[in-house]
Amino acid sequence: MAAVHGGVLGAAYLAGHSPVHRLEPHLKLVAVLGFALVVVATPVDAAWSWAAYGGYLALVLLAAAVAGVGPARLARGLAIEVPFVLFALLLPFVAQGPRVEVAGIAVSESGLVAAGGLLAKATLSVLAAVVLAATTEPRALLQGLERLRLPSLLVQILMFMIRYTDVVGGELRRMRVARESRGFEGRHLGALRVLGPAAGSLFVRSYERGERVHLAMLSRGYTGRMPGAPSAAVPLQAWLTALALPLGAAAVLASGLLLG
Amino acid sequence: MTAPALLVEDLAFAYPDGHQALYGVDLRVERGERVALLGPNGAGKTTLVLHLNGILRGGRGSVQVAGLPVAQRNLQEVRRRVGIVFQDPDDQLFMPTVGEDVAFGPRNLGLPEGEVQARVTAALAQVGMTGAAGRPPHHLSFGQRRRVAVATVLSMHPEVLVLDEPSSNLDPAGRRELAEVLESLPVTVLMVTHDLPYALQLCPRSVVLDGGVVVADGPTRELLADPELLARHRLELPYGFDPRTVP
Repeated sequence: MAAVHGGVLGAAYLAGHSPVHRLEPHLKLVAVLGFALVVVATPVDAAWSWAAYGGYLALVLLAAAVAGVGPARLARGLAIEVPFVLFALLLPFVAQGPRVEVAGIAVSESGLVAAGGLLAKATLSVLAAVVLAATTEPRALLQGLERLRLPSLLVQILMFMIRYTDVVGGELRRMRVARESRGFEGRHLGALRVLGPAAGSLFVRSYERGERVHLAMLSRGYTGRMPGAPSAAVPLQAWLTALALPLGAAAVLASGLLLG
Repeated sequence: MTAPALLVEDLAFAYPDGHQALYGVDLRVERGERVALLGPNGAGKTTLVLHLNGILRGGRGSVQVAGLPVAQRNLQEVRRRVGIVFQDPDDQLFMPTVGEDVAFGPRNLGLPEGEVQARVTAALAQVGMTGAAGRPPHHLSFGQRRRVAVATVLSMHPEVLVLDEPSSNLDPAGRRELAEVLESLPVTVLMVTHDLPYALQLCPRSVVLDGGVVVADGPTRELLADPELLARHRLELPYGFDPRTVP
């Protein structure tokens, strides 16, 4: 199935039949969002915060194991976090307050704590999101968002993005091949004089395609609402399975607050 | 006497920028006919097509589809009756999967889901694409996408199928497969094309549009055998093609 649903955006999906794969997409969205909220709500300066992060990590790794998402896949998913990591690494140097010595360098103590908390929280949330992306097709995610009553217009925009990423990517590739076939090399700053207009023309082409798609939609009776297939009611069991992740995290947080 | 599938009377239209595209077009297409609409670029073919389902309105004259006038209050029904297949299948197929795309029109009509699924299955079978419902469009060949695009309007059970350059960019096999599909369909067809042999193969009758008016209307074979008519309207047969010797 992964090959069939290829394309740039389908690449995150990992075909499978685990219990996590079978869950309704909107339940998984709620679960990941809930989990992330609990993680973010954990106080960074509490003495027990790292124990709590450990508990969250165990939960999300358990979910990944059930879903059959391997460590390599999780690690690759974390790449999206790199900008946050860079920001977090800066914090101990730029933050105010009392300094501590780390490996001979004086860094801000509060900055260190904030950076550690930020990194831990971001990593945990991204891990949960990677499990979601690996077990849910992009299209199913949209259906989930729709069931969660995300405004229809936003869902439609996302849907078109999924459908046309590869079409626009193909145009971009053909334009590049055409440029390079006539000896163009984008190695120096002067190349911007060529690449700028190319980007502009890609925008205009995409805009015109948007107009033609809209025309085709109107011609088939589009009235502004995307007609979807009816969705079945979700059994309580599925809700409980999905909510095990955020509820487990909430239990960890609660015990930290009460005992810590 | 039943109403004709398409009845266009004295249709004139100017775009908001002042460019006049149609200067009084009359066209009558009976049910079950297959008609080719020929003409050079800029003749007004696309403008005429966009009037058939009410995307463009507001000029002089009238359009009726199987007796129903194209007007604001009838738009939804008119768009069911006239199925337009646009030239680029990537414009026509905008949903994530083939099945959802073929279901788009029927769902807009508010049909019950069981009926929608039955129509999707039937329309895909009509174009020889049974089993493609779960596939995303970008994984199909160009010819397959073109045929699925036809299915997306067949599922609305149109009175008239309007095709914009159906043979463009197809390889010879894809061209033949599409021709077989079109010949097997029991619907009225209006086919906009520059591909004169294709018009001769599929459409017993042709209409030539040039300068915003109908300049010729008759049996395709006779029109194509008139070199002066063709030359006057920038129509050209492929090298070596003689319409009189085609069976």
